[in-house]
Amino acid sequence: MKIQEYQAHEIFRKYGIPSVRGIVCESVAESLEAYRKTGSQRVVIKAQVLSGGRGKAGGVALASDSAQVESLAGKILGMKIKELDVKKILVVPAVEIASEYYLSFVIDRSTKSTVMILSSEGGVDIEQVAVNTPEKINKISIFPFVGIPEFLARKAASMLFTDFAHIRAGANIIRKLYKIMVDLDASLVEINPLVITKEGEVIALDAKVNFDENALYRQPEVAALMEPDPQEQKELEAKSHGFSYIHLDGNIGCMVNGAGLAMTTMDLVNLYGGKAANFLDIGGSSNSGKVVQAVKLLLSDSNVKAVLVNIFGGITRCDDVARGLTEAFNGINTDIPVVVRLTGTNETEGHRILEGSRFHIAGTMRDAINMVIELAGKSTRQ
Amino acid sequence: MSILINKNTRLLVQGITGRDGSFHASRMKSYGTNVVAGTSPGKGGSTVDGMPVYNTVYEAVKKEQADTSIIFVPPGFVKDAVMESADAGIKLIIIITEGVPTLDIVAARHYASALGASILGPNCPGVITPGESLAGIMPGNIFKPGKTGVISRSGTLTYEVVYNLTGRGIGQSTAIGIGGDPVAGLYFTDLLRMFQEDMETDSIVLIGEIGGDSEEKAAEFIRENVTKPVVAFIAGATAPEGKRMGHAGAIISSGSGTAAEKVAALKNAGVRVVSDPAEIPYFI
Repeated sequence: MKIQEYQAHEIFRKYGIPSVRGIVCESVAESLEAYRKTGSQRVVIKAQVLSGGRGKAGGVALASDSAQVESLAGKILGMKIKELDVKKILVVPAVEIASEYYLSFVIDRSTKSTVMILSSEGGVDIEQVAVNTPEKINKISIFPFVGIPEFLARKAASMLFTDFAHIRAGANIIRKLYKIMVDLDASLVEINPLVITKEGEVIALDAKVNFDENALYRQPEVAALMEPDPQEQKELEAKSHGFSYIHLDGNIGCMVNGAGLAMTTMDLVNLYGGKAANFLDIGGSSNSGKVVQAVKLLLSDSNVKAVLVNIFGGITRCDDVARGLTEAFNGINTDIPVVVRLTGTNETEGHRILEGSRFHIAGTMRDAINMVIELAGKSTRQ
Repeated sequence: MSILINKNTRLLVQGITGRDGSFHASRMKSYGTNVVAGTSPGKGGSTVDGMPVYNTVYEAVKKEQADTSIIFVPPGFVKDAVMESADAGIKLIIIITEGVPTLDIVAARHYASALGASILGPNCPGVITPGESLAGIMPGNIFKPGKTGVISRSGTLTYEVVYNLTGRGIGQSTAIGIGGDPVAGLYFTDLLRMFQEDMETDSIVLIGEIGGDSEEKAAEFIRENVTKPVVAFIAGATAPEGKRMGHAGAIISSGSGTAAEKVAALKNAGVRVVSDPAEIPYFI
């Protein structure tokens, strides 16, 4: 789960990581008010969207008087960055930078550890630095039961700084940043850039924190920071029913049990000439009520012209799915074509329930996909 | 022969009195697995379907010589359960539970590996050596003893693949679901090494998916160390970027972790990569 920069700055402040105080604004008028409040001649206006590359997209700009604030705030508030509407901006007093660095903690899949990443190349795309000049990246694996002893924080900070006052300040920031990671179950905490100002202070100019969705159940304060867009709202609602749902652009609605099989079903629909309208994993142990919910979710997308149900019964029982489908479509007035493929636990029973019904029954996944693609082409659903 | 488990495996079920734990303990027992005990703090002294229940893993190991553990406890208790098993001397710890906080797995894995124990999972369907032992939640009836090793990041997709293999008369030596989370225990390279060394495995099926770079690492390992034929399928070729596709680890982030990269790496290593899992049996 991602949060906005201004929210990450709030967390940094709470943990005592030095940064510049900015003001969040949702309109040009608010931005002008914020500009006055900062008391700074020069301010930076930063788009608040859940995406990297804001600078490159023109979402970060420097303003030196109120006329500039007005025009830049207006421009950035109206723009789209990687298809995301900019609805909020952050107005921050500009800082005179002496040098820029990169610092983060991330859960590294390959070493299965939390890794600290440091670089003397700050303020740029760190993935590019890693590709072009890997020698400028330092990585330190953290022992979870030890954390970051003082010596390790000093050692890490001295990879960036030479002046001991900066090393001490950097070490302090490193330990606090790791504390955020552990306390809040983050999957990434990043400062890019971490800077030394002309006045010699070490401060976080940017703030980024991503969270582990598996841990949200024990982090209610973090969960409350989520600002879902309408599409994500639908995905969250699906999650509350025990589903994983991702909206796509096609016209074939897919209902599958298990994430891997659901992804494969989506891939094969696309491979054999159709277009999947969604990814939907209804999870294991599906009772018929769950199937009814899933059907409603699929049909709520008006682009869906045909439905494919692909179930491999393990824990999920095919008869439960068959009953759920019968119940769901009895309650809905629609002539949308539905192809059903049921294999595995209680398959015979499931097929018996669906015998003579409105459903098109397929024997294998490939057959089911070919059938649904053909039926979607002929479908008259508006 | 097989890898990880066989007919001599003495399995312990942690969380045996819970809904999923008791259901699957009975199912594994009826498959023929030697389920020697279960644990459930506070329920020691009782039994579940004839299997003795202990308060601690320590007692279960001492009294029943359990050597492998399978965990069904809720997400918040997994870290402690893994450490308890490792502490008691269990060497293979299988975590079925889904939704375990990642930092808990990071810590539990460090603890286990310090004590010489391996973990499999979390969020995985477990492992099966057909005809001998099932330590997982897979439907045992679709498997058949044979010589093809199966390693997969997914559950039901594995069933689909195995169903096709068995339907074509191709049996399996051992099939393992390594789980869909970003941080997990035993992974492709560990298991490829075991299958390469296993005398009774003559071919390997690898089922990967988008996210991370473990398939690329597996490709590198195969090129240098695996002489047995490997057939692979990668799920998520048409997944959108930045979306978590059901599994916490199945996500393409800033253009990396894509199916195309994984397919290319595996092909370069001489692996036969199919675009439809139904084709796998034709290349074994």
